[in-house]
Amino acid sequence: MSVHYELRCRECGKTWGNAPRSFCEDCFSPLEVAYDYDSLRKIARRENLAARDFNMWRYSELLPLPDDFTARNAVGGTPLVASRKLAAKWGLKNLYFKNDAVCFPSLSFKDRVVATALAAARRFNFATVGCSSTGNLANAVAAQAAQQGFDACVFIPADLEPAKVLNTAVYGARIVRINGNYDHVNRLCAQIADRFQWGLVNVNLRPYYSEGSKTHGYEIAEQLGWALPDNIVVPMAGGSLITKIAKAFRELVVLGWVEAKPVKFFGAQATGCSPISDGVKRNLHRFEPQKPNTIARSLAIGNPADGPYAIKLIRESGGWAEDVSDPQIVDAIKLLAETEGIFTETAGGVTAGVTQKLIGQNRIKPDETTVVCITGNGLKTTDAIAAEFPATEAIAPRLDAFEAYLDTQLGTTAAGASA
Amino acid sequence: MSIVIEIPTAFRRFTDGAPKVNCSAATVAEALNELTARFPDLSRHVRDEQGQIRQFLNVYLNEEDIRFLGGETCSLKEGDRVLLVPSIAGG
Repeated sequence: MSVHYELRCRECGKTWGNAPRSFCEDCFSPLEVAYDYDSLRKIARRENLAARDFNMWRYSELLPLPDDFTARNAVGGTPLVASRKLAAKWGLKNLYFKNDAVCFPSLSFKDRVVATALAAARRFNFATVGCSSTGNLANAVAAQAAQQGFDACVFIPADLEPAKVLNTAVYGARIVRINGNYDHVNRLCAQIADRFQWGLVNVNLRPYYSEGSKTHGYEIAEQLGWALPDNIVVPMAGGSLITKIAKAFRELVVLGWVEAKPVKFFGAQATGCSPISDGVKRNLHRFEPQKPNTIARSLAIGNPADGPYAIKLIRESGGWAEDVSDPQIVDAIKLLAETEGIFTETAGGVTAGVTQKLIGQNRIKPDETTVVCITGNGLKTTDAIAAEFPATEAIAPRLDAFEAYLDTQLGTTAAGASA
Repeated sequence: MSIVIEIPTAFRRFTDGAPKVNCSAATVAEALNELTARFPDLSRHVRDEQGQIRQFLNVYLNEEDIRFLGGETCSLKEGDRVLLVPSIAGG
């Protein structure tokens, strides 16, 4: 397979071959992977997928992988859940949840981006990989680095949720806690990538890393029967995922795998960190950075690098961006669990809560097909909802104790209940 | 008054390889102007056609993004560091 992709500046269009670099040295704008779609059409065929396992590697031709790449793990391939109860409650006919809360191996969509980033790290001969992270990315880097034999060093804000720190430490990764928010961590990592020869997946490997997000979009289209939805609701932190899902949909159209169709992109943020939704709602030319203050730590990026592109996409697609408060996030986490059996982390609460808000604003309509992206697992952020579920009083292991319990709980008697 | 401007590697081909540049400006805007006056080739990489700091270039005064300090008009004091960092990571 000849190389059919290379890095290209998103602003000035200059190409840079394939290398661990993330910004154009001519105009300092971000680089992304650009493909020769004429070549891709010849080697990538939809009918070839039938024989492949259902995971992200079934779309290998559409990813920036080296020639000698062999998949070392079955990342992605997550369910697209057709909603019944929540769809009925919200009055929608075709509502789906793309559930990356069960993405392998570390239970968030970040497994996808790390998978393509580590393929690049191997190609560029890095021995140490790392990242700046709000938690999920650190989990994914640590897990896959362990599996693939890289040393891992991850940088996180000092106040991250304990579960997310533990879920990184267990894999043997070195964790550097930084006194500051994610944006401070991020800035430090930009300087570290400038100084050290490390493969920082979301810094100098970023163009390759972010391409992994496309597989979330490819899977949605395939699971809809090779069709695009009318609406998609995506959580936004740095703003990358939403733009890469759009890229995935565009590519499927270019390759002739799905019919062209306008898709409205809706972005979801927490009100306590909402620079992108604020930019959309106020029609700003440039978003204004914010100091994050929300329980949705995985979305707490106040200075989102892909914010300008996310805003542009949302506007041009005819979509919108919204944000929800911390109590609304908690309510939405509970609602999704109680109705669909999906336990998501706070980011998923943001996305579900924003979807509800958009339906209330009539921006998402009952007859349309709507996909809501759930990107992380609730077991990682139990602290955020623990107060909702105080421990109940224990009872003695006797039937009369249980009958008394029923009396107090239900206001009925055991005899009545069994009659 | 001595202010240090820290230059990222990618910019150093415009600063004769210097990783740090000293200046004596009273505001961040003046510091950037001093820098680009001294190294004119750097100018178009720091500011866009409208004269604004480029969208994908973040400027920090010590630990803080200058957008939280009122923008580039924020004033400097002896020993301050001005950092230029490409907006590259995130997400």
